[in-house]
Amino acid sequence: MDFASFLIQTLNSLQYGLLLFLVASGLTLVFGIMGIINLAHGSFYMIGAYLAFVLASATGSLFMAILLGIPLALIFGAFLEWALISHLYKRDHLEQVLLTFGLILIFEELRSLLVGDEVHGVDIPAMFSGSIQLSEVLSYPVYRLVISAICIALAVALYFVIQRTRLGMMIRAGNHDRTMVEALGININMIYRFVFALGVALAALAGMLASPISSVFPNMGSHVLIISFVIVVIGGIGSIWGALAAALIVGFADTFGKVLLPELSGMVVYIVMAGVLLWRPEGIFKKG
Amino acid sequence: MNTQASLIFKLVALAILAVVPLTGESFYVELIAKTLVLAIFAMSLDLLVGFTGLVSFGHAAYFGVAAYAVAQLSPKYEAASLWYVMPASVGLSALVALFVGLFVLRTKGIYFIMVTLAFAQLAFFVFHDTPLGGGSDGIYLNVKPSADIFGWKPFDLDNPMHLYYFILGTLVLVYAFLTRILQSPFGRVLVGIKSNEHRMQSMGYMTFRYKLAAFALAGGLGGVAGFLYAVVFGFVTPELLSWHQSGNVLLMVILGGMGNLVGVIAGAFVFTGMQEVFSTWTKHWQLVMGCVIVAAVLFMPGGLAAVPGRIKRSLQGGGSNE
Repeated sequence: MDFASFLIQTLNSLQYGLLLFLVASGLTLVFGIMGIINLAHGSFYMIGAYLAFVLASATGSLFMAILLGIPLALIFGAFLEWALISHLYKRDHLEQVLLTFGLILIFEELRSLLVGDEVHGVDIPAMFSGSIQLSEVLSYPVYRLVISAICIALAVALYFVIQRTRLGMMIRAGNHDRTMVEALGININMIYRFVFALGVALAALAGMLASPISSVFPNMGSHVLIISFVIVVIGGIGSIWGALAAALIVGFADTFGKVLLPELSGMVVYIVMAGVLLWRPEGIFKKG
Repeated sequence: MNTQASLIFKLVALAILAVVPLTGESFYVELIAKTLVLAIFAMSLDLLVGFTGLVSFGHAAYFGVAAYAVAQLSPKYEAASLWYVMPASVGLSALVALFVGLFVLRTKGIYFIMVTLAFAQLAFFVFHDTPLGGGSDGIYLNVKPSADIFGWKPFDLDNPMHLYYFILGTLVLVYAFLTRILQSPFGRVLVGIKSNEHRMQSMGYMTFRYKLAAFALAGGLGGVAGFLYAVVFGFVTPELLSWHQSGNVLLMVILGGMGNLVGVIAGAFVFTGMQEVFSTWTKHWQLVMGCVIVAAVLFMPGGLAAVPGRIKRSLQGGGSNE
């Protein structure tokens, strides 16, 4: 592998890993803070991609689609939390698994009814449609760099909100001891609703950003869901930093796995996970 | 239900299942044969979920491993011996489960659910991507295994009637085996682990070993179902190991009521029944199924097995809560 193609694979790994981080961060927050296992999280990624397709066809630009799509996803997430998820807090994990499994079936069929089962493409915004020449034959698309930049900005923003704001303090406290937070007069139900909606919006945004590169197709959420589980397992439940590190590990393992071991490409990520489980069953970043 | 009534109920149910092939309606015979296979699969998962308290979301892997093993172990154009392929494929499933168990049982709760799912996905990719599996199209099992013992043929799996009774017999055996296991000291320890693992540990039980044994056993019994599935349908695809399959079998267990083997068999019947009925209504039957699942979780905790008790309580009136 020469340097230019090595650079391309590295950038691809970063971009894939950062995109996965957007999905996995919501998943790990919902696990860690609310104690909910949400199988439907991959569906939010799928819904985001389809939103991007529908809104971009209607408005003619992916920018507008994303601007409209994020508030829609937030409202949708808050509604779901209110209507269904909020009834699951006191139930066991098994019932959470079942209900959210049912949701996947519902979302996939609604998608099929409303948009159909065809594969769709979404245009890259004209501004970012160029590519950077790395060598005589190899070049790197600007849009992928833009995705990475947006993801990094969001990771920093997430860090700021959680570590430096009053809201973040309440979220962290809720992670620690729900009853105590309630006793202090904080409306923990609203915090939960916000966290869930945020998770939905992040996953949907990941889907919207990915739609021009991966195209939009049925069941696109399920692969992302399982990979996100792997990330949460590697990183440790509830740890944003664990999710970021694990997402990058998975991004590199998957991308370089495809190049170096094409025969085993589907499996590399899971083998990495098995190794982490042997070494640290609670995930790399789980404290105590 | 007291013991006598429940015994009579089971015998009547068995008698009804035993006369099904006599109707000669080949569509229903095959449908019920398929349901019985799924019932065996669901019982094997119930050993983990209902009795040991391990929520495995990757049980389809062991079902699929055995199904692929039959297809791979059988010669292309002649019958393999049933007495060799069945133990071999079931044993392979148990062995894979034992190996996976070494990893997944190091985790608990939500982790366990996710990790079992991830390992099942790994198994899915093994059959989907490597020459072992034959890609997304799967492999045909051209000739069903033969039951020959030194030239004597007690039954013939190519005959749908014989196949049906073979499956029904296996179901009864698996049921009896699990019932026996659960009454044994080993089964008692598993139930103890479900209610309080720490207490079992402080009593001196090496709970990891018990859980591992249960995981391998459940994998093997899931393999029995996978073996039968491959024999009934004559082909195997990676879909057998997909996480939808794991979700469906978990659904059967919960519909029937965890920790109740007869309930779980009923769960398999309700599940296939719903699937058949909804799919005659609409192409988008999964939408109806999804709504039923969501409604069941919200309004029917405890599954079907809890329904008689709830009706009884509401008839007796007087606010006796759960």
